[in-house]
Amino acid sequence: MTLPPDIQALRTKLEGTRGRDYWRSLEAVSDTPEFKEFLHREFPQNASEWLDPVGRRGFLKLMSASLALAGVSACTRQPDEAIVPYVRQPEEIVPGKPLFFATAMPFAGSGVGLLVESHEGRPTKIEGNPDHPSSQGATDLFAQAAILGLYDPDRSQTITHLGEIRSFDAFASAMRDVLKAQEATQGAGLRILTETVASPTLASQLDDLLTRFPRAKWVQWEPFGRHNTREGSRLAFGEYVDAQYSIEKADVILSLDADFMCVGNGGLKHARAFASRRRVNGDRAQRNRLYAVECTPTNSGTKADHRLPLRATDVEAFARALAAQLGVTGAGAISPPEAAQKWMAPLVKDLQSARGRSLVIAGESQSPAVHALAHAMNAALGNVGTTVVYTETAEVRPMDQRAGLAELVGEMNAGTVGLMIILGANPVYAAPVDVKFLDALKKVGLSVHVGLHHDETGAWCQWHIPETHFLEAWSDVRSDDGTVTIVQPLIAPLYGGHSVHEVVSAMTDAGPRSGYDIVRSFWAAREAQTPPSTPKQPTPATIPNEDAPPTGRGAALSPFDHEWRRWLHAGVVPNTSFAPKPVALKEALPPATPTPTLASGMVDVVFRPDPSIYDGRFANNAWLQELPKSITKLTWDNAALIAPATAERLGLGTIRSRDDYPKRATIVELKRGDATVRIPVWIIPGQAPDTITLHVGYGRTRAGRTGSDIGFNVNALRTSAAVDVLSGVAVSRTSDQYEIACTQDHWSYEGRNIIRARTAEEFEKDPNFASKMEHQPLSSGLTLYPNRKWEGYQWGMTIDQNVCTGCNSCVVACQAENNIPVVGKSQVMNGREMHWLRVDRYYSGPLDNPDTYHQPMPCQQCETAPCEVVCPVEATVHSDDGLNDMVYNRCVGTRYCSNNCPYKVRRFNFLLYGDFETASLKLMRNPDVTVRSRGVMEKCTYCVQRIRQAEISAKGEDRPIRDGDIVTACQAACPTDAIVFGNINDPESRVAKAKKSPLNYGLLAELNTRPRTSYMAIVWNPNTELDPKATTEKEG
Amino acid sequence: MPQIFRPSANTLSKLGLASILLLVGGLIGLAMLLGRSSYVTRANENVEQPVQFSHLHHVLDDGIDCRYCHTSVETSSFAGIPPTKTCMNCHSQIWQTAPILEPVRASFREDRPLRWTRVHDLPDFVYFNHSIHIKKGMGCESCHGRVDQMPLMRQVESLQMEWCLNCHRHPEDYVRPRSEVFRMGYRPTVPQSVLGPQLVLEYNIKSLTSCSTCHR
Repeated sequence: MTLPPDIQALRTKLEGTRGRDYWRSLEAVSDTPEFKEFLHREFPQNASEWLDPVGRRGFLKLMSASLALAGVSACTRQPDEAIVPYVRQPEEIVPGKPLFFATAMPFAGSGVGLLVESHEGRPTKIEGNPDHPSSQGATDLFAQAAILGLYDPDRSQTITHLGEIRSFDAFASAMRDVLKAQEATQGAGLRILTETVASPTLASQLDDLLTRFPRAKWVQWEPFGRHNTREGSRLAFGEYVDAQYSIEKADVILSLDADFMCVGNGGLKHARAFASRRRVNGDRAQRNRLYAVECTPTNSGTKADHRLPLRATDVEAFARALAAQLGVTGAGAISPPEAAQKWMAPLVKDLQSARGRSLVIAGESQSPAVHALAHAMNAALGNVGTTVVYTETAEVRPMDQRAGLAELVGEMNAGTVGLMIILGANPVYAAPVDVKFLDALKKVGLSVHVGLHHDETGAWCQWHIPETHFLEAWSDVRSDDGTVTIVQPLIAPLYGGHSVHEVVSAMTDAGPRSGYDIVRSFWAAREAQTPPSTPKQPTPATIPNEDAPPTGRGAALSPFDHEWRRWLHAGVVPNTSFAPKPVALKEALPPATPTPTLASGMVDVVFRPDPSIYDGRFANNAWLQELPKSITKLTWDNAALIAPATAERLGLGTIRSRDDYPKRATIVELKRGDATVRIPVWIIPGQAPDTITLHVGYGRTRAGRTGSDIGFNVNALRTSAAVDVLSGVAVSRTSDQYEIACTQDHWSYEGRNIIRARTAEEFEKDPNFASKMEHQPLSSGLTLYPNRKWEGYQWGMTIDQNVCTGCNSCVVACQAENNIPVVGKSQVMNGREMHWLRVDRYYSGPLDNPDTYHQPMPCQQCETAPCEVVCPVEATVHSDDGLNDMVYNRCVGTRYCSNNCPYKVRRFNFLLYGDFETASLKLMRNPDVTVRSRGVMEKCTYCVQRIRQAEISAKGEDRPIRDGDIVTACQAACPTDAIVFGNINDPESRVAKAKKSPLNYGLLAELNTRPRTSYMAIVWNPNTELDPKATTEKEG
Repeated sequence: MPQIFRPSANTLSKLGLASILLLVGGLIGLAMLLGRSSYVTRANENVEQPVQFSHLHHVLDDGIDCRYCHTSVETSSFAGIPPTKTCMNCHSQIWQTAPILEPVRASFREDRPLRWTRVHDLPDFVYFNHSIHIKKGMGCESCHGRVDQMPLMRQVESLQMEWCLNCHRHPEDYVRPRSEVFRMGYRPTVPQSVLGPQLVLEYNIKSLTSCSTCHR
């Protein structure tokens, strides 16, 4: 039985509520009895009650038995534990003290600089490298989760040939034989397929191979590569260049369907730069303004002061109309899409008034023409040289990947490919469906797959070589601005893998060389060539060949050794960032393509990489799978995201079953030609009408135990002509439903004033608006709790919602730092997810295009904590420095604390979620944090292990703890520096200063819980000419 | 009809009730005693080790400082168990053929670490840091006992929380000058009741009894 949703009723209800009501889901707005029932349980249906028919007598029996036996567990003697010291202790290792190494994570054609924490040789936590230009100390969620990717027990562990185990030597000799045969034809049958390569060493190795086999070819294919960006730059400038944005210099930013702050190249850098102009610190002119035109809500779009949902195919028309009004010649006389009409004049005025201080950014999934138009607009606005400069591309060998793949498959089908080498890619899963890669692969003479997993592609290749994780092998990578980092390993390959460098070398060189030799000699040769000022470097032959860098003192170091060590230590190779490159805009812009019109019942489909598992490469990473996606709050699944209006038009609606609220979604069938995809539909406010967003990456068949056979494979619709947008897809509703694990209504506040936001004008009129929005103002400081004097160090935190983009890095960072387990989809549906830090997403305003807010929610560390007084065993008590301590070994699991917590930040181990068995995962744990067992409550501790470590270090040096000595895991990961932590008793500390801001407010402070975590209210900076964005004052 | 219970039944029932109370109390007392007994705490148990290493010989006879082997005790949470190399520093020169040292030589020869059995084993949810205790003037002896008189290493204290808290609540009773931290058999020259409070002030020792001081 289903409830037909009344979208129109919801729309009416939300009319004029902007800034007054904040809501998380359509169900919450509709406020049905089912929803109320769901909310009024601490944990949803069947999660919190005992359904077994146990009477009073049975209960007493069980209780007396458990009471009688309760003490017995204390009588166990601890088992013997071994201490295994080194035979020869490495000089730099002090057991118990972690070391940090600089390295970088190669990802989708660029790299992010990292510092990796290593405990006695085990990498346990990843932080950003503050000295690396594209990280600046922050990380994204993929880098945070890479630790689990390294220890993934499902990674492939043996070299196989036709399913039989082989040695690497056998592989190398087999390759030499095959290549000898290829030599006769100059490698006419040799094809190499990689993802976008950002490693100069690998590119040079492949170039060497191509020199030896001139007729061989190297093709790159990235499922979400920068195809349009690359092509757009060729259209605009006739060559491949990268735009480098200086967002911190821009007053007015227009995003054309670009998630520039979260996804891919330079996202972290952009987010930090954006945030630097977003904080509210007095000078309103200092604040930037963001306009976003987008087809599907993105994290960047949620920070926009003005956001316009527009069909993906309409964005080009919008860009052309705008470009024409900005004076770009050749943009064509196109009228803007209807929805954008009233945007034009104010936007043009705003952009032109900020000449040289504005910026137009085109999104990766938009057509090359939009990219070319964005370049032209930036030129017309005088932004080139100020907010945007052009450099050569971070990709080492930019090429037309779509044409390359098509040509490759053609040759494979023709049977002319004798040796196919696939390095790190998974084209059988990810290549466009129409090229039929698998069929072509079967016609190849000999196929070799090098990959982390024995995946869909590995299963169909004769040879499979386990690849090393980036934390296990030597390599190098260029980041988006050209800066090179030497990727250094933190641990020997766990599963005997080989890096792509070693595999290529085994095929080409006289004998297999170590990855260290390959990378180092490449750079030694490069160094010997380039700098004329430094003395001649030794040739590679004189450099000692060994697996590890020389550590012995007294060994004479060559000048290059010194350089090399400096690079490794700093995590960047100096002077490798690109210099700006003068480019000339071509006069002729591509002619306008007519926007496809949609027949009724038809929609556009937009393909995007999944926000959590990207293009499917992280499918086996349980941290990412269980991470609630920042906009949809879905876990473990993907869905067809659809606008409320379109759902209404197609009669789809939010279908909710009465008796199983709120876990079900209707499955729809998307059909284009012969291709169909069946996928549950999910209504997303703010989605462009007639547009369905499909996240690629799910429905993998050979991802591993975690990632296989979950979600829906949408690749069936993704053809090489439509890797980004597919127009004219028929949608039909099926009678099937699907259980989905969405966390958006977990831990609800039922409409209390959790989010507080006003516009800049309103803020100027009433700077103290945030504190006036309490439900009931506090009259006095009276409390029934003992009045403690908070002396000495008192820890506190502020979270600036003005800059939080909801990118989820903090959530994964918290999970990695605090050994937080994953629980699986069915447990998430019971509301049992364990994240200590969650990011709540709120909407406010009209149903079709609401404002979106992100609110990270760790434990609020209340000074008068409601959880503490109800604990019967004092397992949660206050520390002298103001922390709400959680003592696992005392906890008996009554869950009273969680029941009494107004913020719902306590998490209970209903089952044995922690993995105590898997050997590789034992290496992964943070040794400074207890791994919790079943029946224990847990929660955010403000990373108390880091606080205590900093205290001990400071005491050891007889100095006070300095502001900034303690950085919590969430704070360290945050790209926008939204989280500030420190001593609130020190008036000079950043956190104390932040708490003095008029925007500072405590959540539910009217309950007199006196939370130590406080939030900065949001101040929008809208263009009053376009839309007053008037918030509606709360009556009374 | 005769009385079912004789007058003495009153006494008996009172005795019976009292003995039940006594029994219950005794059982609880027994359980508490058992919990503190060395059977549970494993105090004073000699633990079998791959090599019968004698602290008595090395500390008392040879006068080797604790930090020669436990190198990280002043800098890290973990005091450090010496690598085989440290043993071989001396034992490649003296007693180089002693049969008792064969496991050490084998370890060094074959690059295979020795596997010692931990003597002082705190529960996994306790995070103890050696360096800060040394820094604050806590002698090795206070927790580890007269190591210089132990032919075989053993735990002398219960290592239970009440024992830890005893000192965390009254650090002045146990603190000693930093110069005396590594001395075995230290006796304060001035009475501890005078010296202790002085050192607590001088070393800025706080009585830390918050749960998260040790439990995380």
